[in-house]
Amino acid sequence: MNLFAIRAIYRFEMARTRRTLLQSIVSPVISTSLYFVVFGAAIGSRIAEVDGVSYGAFIVPGLIMLSLLTQSVANASFGIYFPKFTGTIYELLSAPVSYLEIAASYVGAAATKSILLGLIILATAGLFVPIRVAHPFWMILFLVLTAVTFSLFGFIIGIWADNFEKLQLVPLLIITPLTFLGGSFYSISMLPPVWRTITLFNPVVYLVSGFRWSFYDLADVHVGVSLGMTVLFLALFLMIVAWIFRTGYRLKT
Amino acid sequence: MQNIISVSGLSKTYASGFQALKSVHLDIRRGEIFALLGPNGAGKTTLISIICGIVNASEGEVLVDGHDIVRDYRAARSKIGLVPQELTTDAFESVWATVSFSRGLFGRRADPAYLEKVLRDLSLWDKKDSRILTLSGGMKRRLLIAKALSHEPQILFLDEPTAGVDVNLRRDMWQLVRSLQAAGVTIILTTHYIDEAEEMADRIGVISRGEIVLVEEKSELMRKLGKKQMTLQLQSPLERIPPGLDAYRLDLSSDGSELTYTYDKQAERTGIIALLRDLNDAEIAFKDLHTTQSSLEDIFVTLLKDAK
Repeated sequence: MNLFAIRAIYRFEMARTRRTLLQSIVSPVISTSLYFVVFGAAIGSRIAEVDGVSYGAFIVPGLIMLSLLTQSVANASFGIYFPKFTGTIYELLSAPVSYLEIAASYVGAAATKSILLGLIILATAGLFVPIRVAHPFWMILFLVLTAVTFSLFGFIIGIWADNFEKLQLVPLLIITPLTFLGGSFYSISMLPPVWRTITLFNPVVYLVSGFRWSFYDLADVHVGVSLGMTVLFLALFLMIVAWIFRTGYRLKT
Repeated sequence: MQNIISVSGLSKTYASGFQALKSVHLDIRRGEIFALLGPNGAGKTTLISIICGIVNASEGEVLVDGHDIVRDYRAARSKIGLVPQELTTDAFESVWATVSFSRGLFGRRADPAYLEKVLRDLSLWDKKDSRILTLSGGMKRRLLIAKALSHEPQILFLDEPTAGVDVNLRRDMWQLVRSLQAAGVTIILTTHYIDEAEEMADRIGVISRGEIVLVEEKSELMRKLGKKQMTLQLQSPLERIPPGLDAYRLDLSSDGSELTYTYDKQAERTGIIALLRDLNDAEIAFKDLHTTQSSLEDIFVTLLKDAK
Protein backbone atom coordinates (compact mmCIF):
# COMPACT_ATOMS: atom_id res chain seq x y z
CA MET A 1 0.00 0.00 0.00
CA ASN A 2 1.52 3.28 -1.12
CA LEU A 3 0.18 5.53 1.64
CA PHE A 4 2.48 8.37 0.67
CA ALA A 5 0.89 8.44 -2.76
CA ILE A 6 -2.65 8.43 -1.39
CA ARG A 7 -1.75 11.30 0.87
CA ALA A 8 -0.01 13.19 -1.94
CA ILE A 9 -3.01 12.93 -4.28
CA TYR A 10 -5.49 13.70 -1.51
CA ARG A 11 -3.57 16.79 -0.46
CA PHE A 12 -3.13 17.87 -4.06
CA GLU A 13 -6.89 17.69 -4.60
CA MET A 14 -7.68 19.47 -1.35
CA ALA A 15 -5.20 22.20 -2.30
CA ARG A 16 -7.16 22.62 -5.51
CA THR A 17 -10.29 23.12 -3.39
CA ARG A 18 -8.59 25.84 -1.39
CA ARG A 19 -7.43 27.54 -4.59
CA THR A 20 -10.93 27.44 -6.02
CA LEU A 21 -12.70 28.22 -2.76
CA LEU A 22 -15.09 30.64 -4.38
CA GLN A 23 -16.22 28.16 -6.99
CA SER A 24 -16.14 25.08 -4.74
CA ILE A 25 -17.82 26.33 -1.59
CA VAL A 26 -19.11 29.86 -1.88
CA SER A 27 -21.15 29.47 -5.04
CA PRO A 28 -23.14 26.41 -3.83
CA VAL A 29 -23.83 28.22 -0.57
CA ILE A 30 -25.11 31.27 -2.42
CA SER A 31 -27.32 29.23 -4.71
CA THR A 32 -28.74 27.30 -1.74
CA SER A 33 -29.49 30.56 0.03
CA LEU A 34 -31.33 31.70 -3.07
CA TYR A 35 -33.46 28.53 -2.96
CA PHE A 36 -34.40 29.40 0.60
CA VAL A 37 -35.32 32.94 -0.30
CA VAL A 38 -37.48 31.74 -3.20
CA PHE A 39 -38.96 28.48 -1.89
CA GLY A 40 -38.66 29.04 1.81
CA ALA A 41 -39.65 32.67 2.27
CA ALA A 42 -41.46 33.79 -0.87
CA ILE A 43 -43.36 30.70 -2.02
CA GLY A 44 -42.95 28.55 1.09
CA SER A 45 -44.92 30.96 3.26
CA ARG A 46 -47.98 30.22 1.13
CA ILE A 47 -47.53 26.45 1.22
CA ALA A 48 -49.08 24.45 4.01
CA GLU A 49 -46.94 22.30 6.28
CA VAL A 50 -45.95 18.89 4.99
CA ASP A 51 -46.77 16.25 7.58
CA GLY A 52 -46.28 18.72 10.37
CA VAL A 53 -43.02 20.18 9.07
CA SER A 54 -42.93 23.72 7.69
CA TYR A 55 -42.21 23.73 3.96
CA GLY A 56 -38.99 25.72 4.40
CA ALA A 57 -37.62 23.11 6.79
CA PHE A 58 -39.04 20.25 4.72
CA ILE A 59 -36.89 21.08 1.68
CA VAL A 60 -33.59 21.32 3.62
CA PRO A 61 -32.58 17.63 3.27
CA GLY A 62 -33.51 17.69 -0.42
CA LEU A 63 -31.48 20.82 -1.02
CA ILE A 64 -28.46 19.33 0.71
CA MET A 65 -28.86 16.18 -1.40
CA LEU A 66 -29.11 18.29 -4.56
CA SER A 67 -25.78 19.97 -3.80
CA LEU A 68 -24.21 16.77 -2.54
CA LEU A 69 -25.00 14.87 -5.73
CA THR A 70 -24.04 17.58 -8.19
CA GLN A 71 -20.91 18.65 -6.32
CA SER A 72 -19.66 15.10 -5.71
CA VAL A 73 -19.99 14.32 -9.39
CA ALA A 74 -18.50 17.66 -10.45
CA ASN A 75 -15.51 17.49 -8.08
CA ALA A 76 -14.54 13.92 -8.74
CA SER A 77 -15.06 14.07 -12.50
CA PHE A 78 -13.02 17.24 -12.84
CA GLY A 79 -10.29 15.93 -10.54
CA ILE A 80 -9.47 12.98 -12.79
CA TYR A 81 -10.46 14.57 -16.11
CA PHE A 82 -8.17 17.56 -15.77
CA PRO A 83 -4.89 15.58 -15.63
CA LYS A 84 -6.07 13.69 -18.72
CA PHE A 85 -6.78 17.00 -20.42
CA THR A 86 -3.45 18.65 -19.53
CA GLY A 87 -1.41 15.48 -19.95
CA THR A 88 -0.12 15.36 -16.37
CA ILE A 89 -1.80 11.95 -16.04
CA TYR A 90 1.48 10.50 -17.33
CA GLU A 91 2.90 10.91 -13.86
CA LEU A 92 0.02 9.11 -12.22
CA LEU A 93 0.24 6.21 -14.66
CA SER A 94 4.00 5.88 -14.31
CA ALA A 95 3.92 6.00 -10.49
CA PRO A 96 4.07 2.91 -8.29
CA VAL A 97 0.42 3.25 -7.26
CA SER A 98 -2.37 0.75 -7.66
CA TYR A 99 -5.64 1.73 -9.28
CA LEU A 100 -7.37 1.21 -5.98
CA GLU A 101 -5.09 3.80 -4.41
CA ILE A 102 -5.73 6.25 -7.24
CA ALA A 103 -9.49 5.83 -6.96
CA ALA A 104 -9.46 6.00 -3.16
CA SER A 105 -7.53 9.24 -3.09
CA TYR A 106 -9.49 11.05 -5.79
CA VAL A 107 -12.86 9.83 -4.54
CA GLY A 108 -11.85 10.46 -0.93
CA ALA A 109 -10.89 14.05 -1.69
CA ALA A 110 -14.05 14.71 -3.71
CA ALA A 111 -16.24 13.15 -1.02
CA THR A 112 -14.54 15.12 1.75
CA LYS A 113 -15.21 18.28 -0.16
CA SER A 114 -18.89 17.57 -0.71
CA ILE A 115 -19.44 16.41 2.88
CA LEU A 116 -17.99 19.71 4.08
CA LEU A 117 -20.20 21.48 1.63
CA GLY A 118 -23.27 19.57 2.84
CA LEU A 119 -22.54 20.57 6.42
CA ILE A 120 -22.01 24.20 5.41
CA ILE A 121 -25.34 24.21 3.60
CA LEU A 122 -26.98 22.65 6.63
CA ALA A 123 -25.55 25.43 8.78
CA THR A 124 -26.66 28.05 6.24
CA ALA A 125 -30.16 26.57 6.19
CA GLY A 126 -30.24 26.79 9.98
CA LEU A 127 -30.08 30.55 9.60
CA PHE A 128 -33.33 30.59 7.63
CA VAL A 129 -35.50 27.85 9.13
CA PRO A 130 -35.62 25.85 12.37
CA ILE A 131 -34.03 22.46 11.79
CA ARG A 132 -33.99 19.38 13.93
CA VAL A 133 -32.09 16.21 13.25
CA ALA A 134 -33.96 13.22 14.66
CA HIS A 135 -31.32 10.60 13.83
CA PRO A 136 -27.86 12.27 13.68
CA PHE A 137 -26.03 8.98 13.14
CA TRP A 138 -28.17 8.10 10.14
CA MET A 139 -27.93 11.64 8.83
CA ILE A 140 -24.11 11.45 8.81
CA LEU A 141 -24.23 7.91 7.42
CA PHE A 142 -26.41 8.93 4.48
CA LEU A 143 -24.31 12.06 3.94
CA VAL A 144 -21.07 10.09 3.78
CA LEU A 145 -22.42 7.16 1.76
CA THR A 146 -24.04 9.44 -0.80
CA ALA A 147 -20.94 11.63 -1.10
CA VAL A 148 -18.71 8.60 -1.65
CA THR A 149 -21.15 6.90 -4.04
CA PHE A 150 -21.56 9.93 -6.26
CA SER A 151 -17.89 10.84 -6.12
CA LEU A 152 -17.27 7.36 -7.52
CA PHE A 153 -19.85 8.09 -10.19
CA GLY A 154 -18.07 11.38 -10.95
CA PHE A 155 -14.74 9.58 -11.13
CA ILE A 156 -16.21 7.22 -13.72
CA ILE A 157 -17.57 10.16 -15.73
CA GLY A 158 -14.21 11.90 -15.55
CA ILE A 159 -12.47 8.87 -16.98
CA TRP A 160 -15.12 8.32 -19.62
CA ALA A 161 -15.27 11.95 -20.79
CA ASP A 162 -12.89 12.91 -23.56
CA ASN A 163 -14.00 16.51 -23.81
CA PHE A 164 -15.46 19.18 -21.55
CA GLU A 165 -18.90 18.82 -23.07
CA LYS A 166 -19.21 15.21 -22.02
CA LEU A 167 -18.02 16.19 -18.58
CA GLN A 168 -21.06 18.48 -18.26
CA LEU A 169 -23.46 16.16 -20.02
CA VAL A 170 -24.26 13.66 -17.28
CA PRO A 171 -24.67 16.17 -14.45
CA LEU A 172 -26.81 18.40 -16.63
CA LEU A 173 -28.99 15.80 -18.34
CA ILE A 174 -29.24 13.14 -15.66
CA ILE A 175 -28.31 14.24 -12.15
CA THR A 176 -30.11 17.57 -12.04
CA PRO A 177 -33.43 16.33 -13.54
CA LEU A 178 -33.45 13.23 -11.37
CA THR A 179 -32.82 15.31 -8.27
CA PHE A 180 -35.55 17.82 -9.07
CA LEU A 181 -37.97 14.97 -9.79
CA GLY A 182 -36.70 12.91 -6.87
CA GLY A 183 -38.72 14.55 -4.14
CA SER A 184 -36.24 17.21 -3.14
CA PHE A 185 -38.93 19.86 -3.02
CA TYR A 186 -42.00 17.72 -2.35
CA SER A 187 -43.14 14.49 -0.81
CA ILE A 188 -43.97 11.97 -3.51
CA SER A 189 -47.24 11.33 -1.68
CA MET A 190 -48.28 14.70 -3.14
CA LEU A 191 -48.14 13.19 -6.64
CA PRO A 192 -51.00 11.47 -8.50
CA PRO A 193 -50.76 7.63 -8.10
CA VAL A 194 -49.40 7.00 -11.62
CA TRP A 195 -46.54 9.44 -11.18
CA ARG A 196 -45.86 8.06 -7.73
CA THR A 197 -45.17 4.66 -9.29
CA ILE A 198 -43.03 6.13 -12.06
CA THR A 199 -41.05 8.13 -9.53
CA LEU A 200 -40.06 4.93 -7.73
CA PHE A 201 -37.78 4.18 -10.67
CA ASN A 202 -35.85 7.33 -9.88
CA PRO A 203 -32.88 6.33 -7.69
CA VAL A 204 -32.62 9.79 -6.17
CA VAL A 205 -36.01 9.30 -4.47
CA TYR A 206 -34.44 6.72 -2.16
CA LEU A 207 -31.51 8.95 -1.30
CA VAL A 208 -33.65 11.98 -0.51
CA SER A 209 -36.23 9.93 1.38
CA GLY A 210 -33.68 8.28 3.63
CA PHE A 211 -31.89 11.53 4.26
CA ARG A 212 -35.13 13.36 5.10
CA TRP A 213 -36.14 10.53 7.44
CA SER A 214 -32.95 11.10 9.43
CA PHE A 215 -34.09 14.70 9.96
CA TYR A 216 -37.85 14.54 10.47
CA ASP A 217 -38.84 10.87 10.68
CA LEU A 218 -40.70 11.43 7.40
CA ALA A 219 -40.05 9.00 4.57
CA ASP A 220 -41.52 8.17 1.17
CA VAL A 221 -40.04 4.69 1.36
CA HIS A 222 -38.80 2.71 4.33
CA VAL A 223 -35.38 3.82 5.54
CA GLY A 224 -34.03 0.29 5.15
CA VAL A 225 -34.92 0.41 1.46
CA SER A 226 -33.14 3.77 1.18
CA LEU A 227 -30.02 2.38 2.78
CA GLY A 228 -30.17 -0.76 0.64
CA MET A 229 -30.46 1.28 -2.56
CA THR A 230 -27.57 3.58 -1.55
CA VAL A 231 -25.34 0.58 -0.89
CA LEU A 232 -26.48 -0.96 -4.16
CA PHE A 233 -25.39 2.13 -6.12
CA LEU A 234 -22.13 2.17 -4.24
CA ALA A 235 -21.49 -1.45 -5.17
CA LEU A 236 -22.48 -0.83 -8.78
CA PHE A 237 -20.08 2.10 -9.19
CA LEU A 238 -17.31 0.19 -7.43
CA MET A 239 -17.74 -2.62 -9.92
CA ILE A 240 -17.54 -0.21 -12.85
CA VAL A 241 -14.39 1.39 -11.43
CA ALA A 242 -12.85 -2.05 -10.94
CA TRP A 243 -13.67 -2.90 -14.55
CA ILE A 244 -12.18 0.39 -15.81
CA PHE A 245 -8.94 -0.28 -14.02
CA ARG A 246 -8.75 -3.89 -15.07
CA THR A 247 -9.09 -2.98 -18.72
CA GLY A 248 -7.28 0.38 -18.60
CA TYR A 249 -10.36 1.84 -20.31
CA ARG A 250 -9.71 5.42 -21.53
CA LEU A 251 -6.57 5.61 -19.41
CA LYS A 252 -4.03 3.45 -21.17
CA THR A 253 -3.66 2.67 -24.83
CA MET B 1 23.46 -7.70 -12.58
CA GLN B 2 24.93 -5.95 -15.58
CA ASN B 3 21.69 -4.94 -17.30
CA ILE B 4 19.38 -2.62 -15.43
CA ILE B 5 16.67 -2.81 -18.09
CA SER B 6 16.00 -5.82 -20.21
CA VAL B 7 13.40 -5.65 -22.98
CA SER B 8 12.54 -8.84 -24.82
CA GLY B 9 10.16 -9.50 -27.68
CA LEU B 10 8.27 -6.28 -27.05
CA SER B 11 5.53 -5.49 -29.55
CA LYS B 12 2.84 -2.88 -29.56
CA THR B 13 -0.09 -2.60 -31.90
CA TYR B 14 -2.41 0.33 -31.20
CA ALA B 15 -6.18 0.00 -31.46
CA SER B 16 -5.96 1.79 -34.80
CA GLY B 17 -3.98 -1.17 -36.13
CA PHE B 18 -0.74 0.79 -36.24
CA GLN B 19 2.17 -1.38 -35.20
CA ALA B 20 4.47 0.91 -33.26
CA LEU B 21 6.92 -1.72 -32.04
CA LYS B 22 7.89 -5.01 -33.67
CA SER B 23 9.44 -7.54 -31.32
CA VAL B 24 12.01 -5.23 -29.80
CA HIS B 25 14.96 -6.62 -27.84
CA LEU B 26 17.07 -4.17 -25.93
CA ASP B 27 19.32 -4.25 -22.90
CA ILE B 28 20.36 -1.13 -21.02
CA ARG B 29 23.48 -1.42 -18.90
CA ARG B 30 23.66 -0.14 -15.38
CA GLY B 31 25.16 3.32 -15.17
CA GLU B 32 25.37 4.09 -18.86
CA ILE B 33 23.97 6.91 -20.94
CA PHE B 34 22.03 5.33 -23.73
CA ALA B 35 20.76 7.40 -26.62
CA LEU B 36 17.82 6.16 -28.61
CA LEU B 37 17.83 7.75 -32.02
CA GLY B 38 15.14 7.62 -34.60
CA PRO B 39 12.94 9.71 -36.84
CA ASN B 40 9.46 10.86 -35.82
CA GLY B 41 7.04 8.00 -35.38
CA ALA B 42 9.80 5.39 -35.14
CA GLY B 43 8.51 4.13 -31.79
CA LYS B 44 10.85 5.89 -29.35
CA THR B 45 8.14 7.32 -27.14
CA THR B 46 6.05 4.15 -27.32
CA LEU B 47 9.00 2.12 -26.10
CA ILE B 48 9.64 4.49 -23.20
CA SER B 49 5.94 4.69 -22.37
CA ILE B 50 5.67 0.92 -22.10
CA ILE B 51 8.69 0.64 -19.84
CA CYS B 52 7.31 3.41 -17.61
CA GLY B 53 3.80 1.92 -17.43
CA ILE B 54 1.89 4.49 -19.44
CA VAL B 55 1.14 2.24 -22.40
CA ASN B 56 0.29 -1.46 -22.27
CA ALA B 57 2.47 -3.77 -24.32
CA SER B 58 0.78 -6.11 -26.79
CA GLU B 59 3.47 -8.75 -26.38
CA GLY B 60 6.80 -9.23 -24.73
CA GLU B 61 8.41 -8.63 -21.41
CA VAL B 62 10.34 -5.85 -19.69
CA LEU B 63 12.46 -6.29 -16.57
CA VAL B 64 13.61 -3.25 -14.62
CA ASP B 65 16.40 -4.19 -12.25
CA GLY B 66 15.00 -7.71 -12.32
CA HIS B 67 11.39 -6.67 -11.67
CA ASP B 68 8.72 -7.38 -14.24
CA ILE B 69 6.98 -4.11 -15.13
CA VAL B 70 3.52 -5.70 -15.01
CA ARG B 71 3.65 -8.28 -12.23
CA ASP B 72 5.98 -6.30 -10.01
CA TYR B 73 5.09 -2.80 -11.15
CA ARG B 74 5.62 -1.11 -7.81
CA ALA B 75 9.25 -2.16 -7.51
CA ALA B 76 9.91 -1.49 -11.19
CA ARG B 77 8.30 1.94 -11.37
CA SER B 78 9.75 3.26 -8.13
CA LYS B 79 13.21 2.96 -9.71
CA ILE B 80 12.29 5.06 -12.73
CA GLY B 81 12.01 8.79 -13.27
CA LEU B 82 10.43 10.00 -16.49
CA VAL B 83 10.78 13.39 -18.13
CA PRO B 84 8.15 13.52 -20.85
CA GLN B 85 8.52 15.20 -24.18
CA GLU B 86 5.63 17.62 -23.74
CA LEU B 87 5.79 20.37 -21.13
CA THR B 88 2.83 19.07 -19.17
CA THR B 89 2.52 20.68 -15.75
CA ASP B 90 -0.12 21.68 -13.25
CA ALA B 91 -0.08 25.35 -14.13
CA PHE B 92 -1.64 26.60 -10.90
CA GLU B 93 0.57 24.68 -8.49
CA SER B 94 3.74 26.08 -6.98
CA VAL B 95 7.10 24.58 -7.88
CA TRP B 96 7.61 23.28 -4.36
CA ALA B 97 4.14 21.74 -4.14
CA THR B 98 4.45 19.89 -7.42
CA VAL B 99 7.89 18.49 -6.61
CA SER B 100 6.70 17.37 -3.17
CA PHE B 101 3.65 15.79 -4.82
CA SER B 102 5.84 13.78 -7.19
CA ARG B 103 7.96 12.47 -4.35
CA GLY B 104 4.90 11.37 -2.41
CA LEU B 105 3.31 9.82 -5.47
CA PHE B 106 6.34 7.58 -5.87
CA GLY B 107 6.01 6.42 -2.30
CA ARG B 108 8.85 8.32 -0.70
CA ARG B 109 8.72 10.00 2.68
CA ALA B 110 8.97 13.81 2.54
CA ASP B 111 12.57 15.02 2.48
CA PRO B 112 12.76 18.81 2.13
CA ALA B 113 16.56 18.83 2.24
CA TYR B 114 16.82 16.49 -0.75
CA LEU B 115 14.21 18.40 -2.74
CA GLU B 116 16.01 21.63 -1.98
CA LYS B 117 19.20 20.14 -3.39
CA VAL B 118 17.42 19.01 -6.55
CA LEU B 119 15.88 22.44 -7.07
CA ARG B 120 19.18 24.16 -6.41
CA ASP B 121 21.00 21.89 -8.87
CA LEU B 122 18.44 22.84 -11.48
CA SER B 123 18.57 26.57 -10.63
CA LEU B 124 14.94 26.53 -9.56
CA TRP B 125 15.34 27.15 -5.85
CA ASP B 126 14.50 30.86 -6.01
CA LYS B 127 11.35 29.94 -7.93
CA LYS B 128 10.14 27.39 -5.40
CA ASP B 129 7.09 29.42 -4.38
CA SER B 130 6.22 30.59 -7.90
CA ARG B 131 3.24 29.19 -9.69
CA ILE B 132 4.27 27.01 -12.59
CA LEU B 133 2.44 29.10 -15.17
CA THR B 134 4.80 32.00 -14.47
CA LEU B 135 7.87 29.95 -15.44
CA SER B 136 9.61 30.17 -18.80
CA GLY B 137 9.74 27.17 -21.12
CA GLY B 138 13.28 26.33 -20.09
CA MET B 139 12.35 26.49 -16.41
CA LYS B 140 9.36 24.23 -17.00
CA ARG B 141 11.64 21.73 -18.69
CA ARG B 142 13.95 21.81 -15.68
CA LEU B 143 10.96 21.50 -13.36
CA LEU B 144 9.91 18.30 -15.13
CA ILE B 145 13.41 16.98 -14.55
CA ALA B 146 13.18 17.99 -10.88
CA LYS B 147 9.87 16.12 -10.59
CA ALA B 148 11.39 13.05 -12.21
CA LEU B 149 14.35 13.20 -9.81
CA SER B 150 12.24 13.92 -6.73
CA HIS B 151 12.04 10.27 -5.68
CA GLU B 152 15.73 9.52 -6.20
CA PRO B 153 15.33 7.16 -9.18
CA GLN B 154 18.09 4.86 -10.38
CA ILE B 155 16.99 5.23 -13.97
CA LEU B 156 16.09 8.44 -15.72
CA PHE B 157 14.25 8.60 -19.02
CA LEU B 158 14.61 11.84 -20.92
CA ASP B 159 12.26 11.96 -23.86
CA GLU B 160 13.60 14.63 -26.20
CA PRO B 161 15.07 16.67 -23.33
CA THR B 162 16.40 19.47 -25.47
CA ALA B 163 13.62 19.85 -28.02
CA GLY B 164 12.92 23.55 -28.36
CA VAL B 165 15.61 24.48 -25.85
CA ASP B 166 18.20 27.19 -26.53
CA VAL B 167 21.89 26.48 -26.92
CA ASN B 168 22.96 27.54 -23.42
CA LEU B 169 20.27 25.49 -21.77
CA ARG B 170 21.23 22.48 -23.86
CA ARG B 171 24.78 22.77 -22.60
CA ASP B 172 23.48 22.99 -19.01
CA MET B 173 21.27 19.98 -19.60
CA TRP B 174 24.17 17.92 -20.89
CA GLN B 175 26.20 18.96 -17.86
CA LEU B 176 23.38 17.87 -15.59
CA VAL B 177 23.03 14.51 -17.31
CA ARG B 178 26.74 13.87 -16.87
CA SER B 179 26.63 14.72 -13.20
CA LEU B 180 23.67 12.39 -12.76
CA GLN B 181 25.59 9.62 -14.43
CA ALA B 182 28.51 10.32 -12.11
CA ALA B 183 26.07 9.89 -9.21
CA GLY B 184 25.22 6.41 -10.52
CA VAL B 185 21.98 7.10 -12.40
CA THR B 186 21.40 5.21 -15.64
CA ILE B 187 20.14 7.56 -18.32
CA ILE B 188 18.15 6.79 -21.43
CA LEU B 189 17.51 9.70 -23.70
CA THR B 190 15.73 9.96 -26.99
CA THR B 191 16.67 12.66 -29.38
CA HIS B 192 16.41 13.97 -32.88
CA TYR B 193 19.65 15.82 -32.45
CA ILE B 194 22.46 13.59 -33.46
CA ASP B 195 25.11 15.86 -32.04
CA GLU B 196 23.42 15.35 -28.69
CA ALA B 197 23.85 11.59 -28.88
CA GLU B 198 27.36 12.04 -30.19
CA GLU B 199 28.18 14.35 -27.32
CA MET B 200 26.52 12.43 -24.53
CA ALA B 201 25.97 8.78 -25.13
CA ASP B 202 28.03 5.77 -24.19
CA ARG B 203 25.94 3.59 -26.44
CA ILE B 204 23.55 4.35 -29.22
CA GLY B 205 20.46 2.52 -30.36
CA VAL B 206 18.79 3.35 -33.62
CA ILE B 207 15.10 2.64 -33.98
CA SER B 208 13.21 2.83 -37.23
CA ARG B 209 9.64 1.79 -37.95
CA GLY B 210 9.30 0.01 -34.66
CA GLU B 211 12.46 -2.02 -34.99
CA ILE B 212 15.81 -1.61 -33.33
CA VAL B 213 18.08 -1.35 -36.32
CA LEU B 214 21.30 -1.23 -34.38
CA VAL B 215 22.77 -0.98 -30.89
CA GLU B 216 26.43 -0.15 -30.61
CA GLU B 217 29.03 1.56 -28.50
CA LYS B 218 29.22 5.08 -29.81
CA SER B 219 32.96 4.94 -30.42
CA GLU B 220 32.59 1.57 -32.16
CA LEU B 221 29.79 2.87 -34.30
CA MET B 222 31.78 5.90 -35.33
CA ARG B 223 34.75 3.68 -36.07
CA LYS B 224 32.84 1.09 -38.04
CA LEU B 225 30.71 3.28 -40.15
CA GLY B 226 32.86 6.34 -40.23
CA LYS B 227 34.24 7.34 -43.59
CA LYS B 228 37.01 9.81 -44.05
CA GLN B 229 37.37 12.23 -46.86
CA MET B 230 40.42 14.06 -48.06
CA THR B 231 39.89 17.22 -50.04
CA LEU B 232 42.68 18.71 -52.15
CA GLN B 233 42.59 22.33 -53.21
CA LEU B 234 44.25 22.48 -56.57
CA GLN B 235 46.69 25.09 -57.81
CA SER B 236 44.83 25.38 -61.08
CA PRO B 237 41.33 24.11 -61.89
CA LEU B 238 40.91 20.80 -63.71
CA GLU B 239 38.40 20.31 -66.48
CA ARG B 240 38.09 16.61 -65.86
CA ILE B 241 39.76 13.89 -63.87
CA PRO B 242 42.55 12.25 -65.87
CA PRO B 243 41.62 8.67 -66.87
CA GLY B 244 44.66 7.26 -65.06
CA LEU B 245 43.07 8.21 -61.72
CA ASP B 246 39.73 6.43 -62.30
CA ALA B 247 40.52 3.73 -59.78
CA TYR B 248 40.41 6.26 -56.92
CA ARG B 249 36.82 7.30 -57.69
CA LEU B 250 37.58 10.93 -57.07
CA ASP B 251 34.98 13.68 -57.03
CA LEU B 252 35.73 16.93 -58.80
CA SER B 253 33.95 20.06 -57.56
CA SER B 254 31.87 21.88 -60.16
CA ASP B 255 34.39 24.70 -60.55
CA GLY B 256 37.19 22.15 -60.91
CA SER B 257 39.21 23.57 -58.03
CA GLU B 258 38.78 20.73 -55.53
CA LEU B 259 39.31 17.00 -55.66
CA THR B 260 37.73 14.82 -52.99
CA TYR B 261 38.89 11.33 -52.16
CA THR B 262 36.74 9.12 -49.90
CA TYR B 263 38.40 6.26 -48.08
CA ASP B 264 37.79 3.85 -45.28
CA LYS B 265 40.10 4.70 -42.46
CA GLN B 266 39.86 1.17 -41.09
CA ALA B 267 41.31 -0.29 -44.25
CA GLU B 268 44.91 -1.48 -44.12
CA ARG B 269 45.85 0.67 -47.02
CA THR B 270 44.06 3.96 -47.29
CA GLY B 271 45.50 4.56 -50.72
CA ILE B 272 46.49 8.10 -49.83
CA ILE B 273 50.17 7.69 -50.55
CA ALA B 274 49.53 6.03 -53.88
CA LEU B 275 47.04 8.72 -54.81
CA LEU B 276 49.45 11.52 -53.98
CA ARG B 277 52.14 9.80 -56.01
CA ASP B 278 49.84 9.36 -58.98
CA LEU B 279 48.72 12.99 -58.76
CA ASN B 280 52.31 14.01 -58.79
CA ASP B 281 52.93 11.84 -61.85
CA ALA B 282 49.94 13.42 -63.58
CA GLU B 283 51.37 16.84 -62.72
CA ILE B 284 48.36 17.91 -60.73
CA ALA B 285 49.60 20.25 -58.05
CA PHE B 286 47.62 21.23 -54.95
CA LYS B 287 48.08 24.09 -52.53
CA ASP B 288 46.26 22.69 -49.50
CA LEU B 289 44.44 19.63 -48.23
CA HIS B 290 42.15 18.75 -45.35
CA THR B 291 40.43 15.64 -44.13
CA THR B 292 36.96 15.25 -42.66
CA GLN B 293 35.33 12.41 -40.81
CA SER B 294 31.67 11.50 -41.20
CA SER B 295 29.52 12.57 -38.26
CA LEU B 296 27.00 10.42 -36.50
CA GLU B 297 24.40 12.24 -38.52
CA ASP B 298 25.80 10.90 -41.77
CA ILE B 299 25.97 7.43 -40.27
CA PHE B 300 22.41 7.71 -39.09
CA VAL B 301 21.11 8.79 -42.47
CA THR B 302 22.96 5.90 -44.10
CA LEU B 303 21.49 3.43 -41.62
CA LEU B 304 17.94 4.59 -42.13
CA LYS B 305 18.38 4.40 -45.88
CA ASP B 306 19.54 0.82 -45.50
CA ALA B 307 16.64 0.01 -43.19
CA LYS B 308 14.23 0.99 -45.91
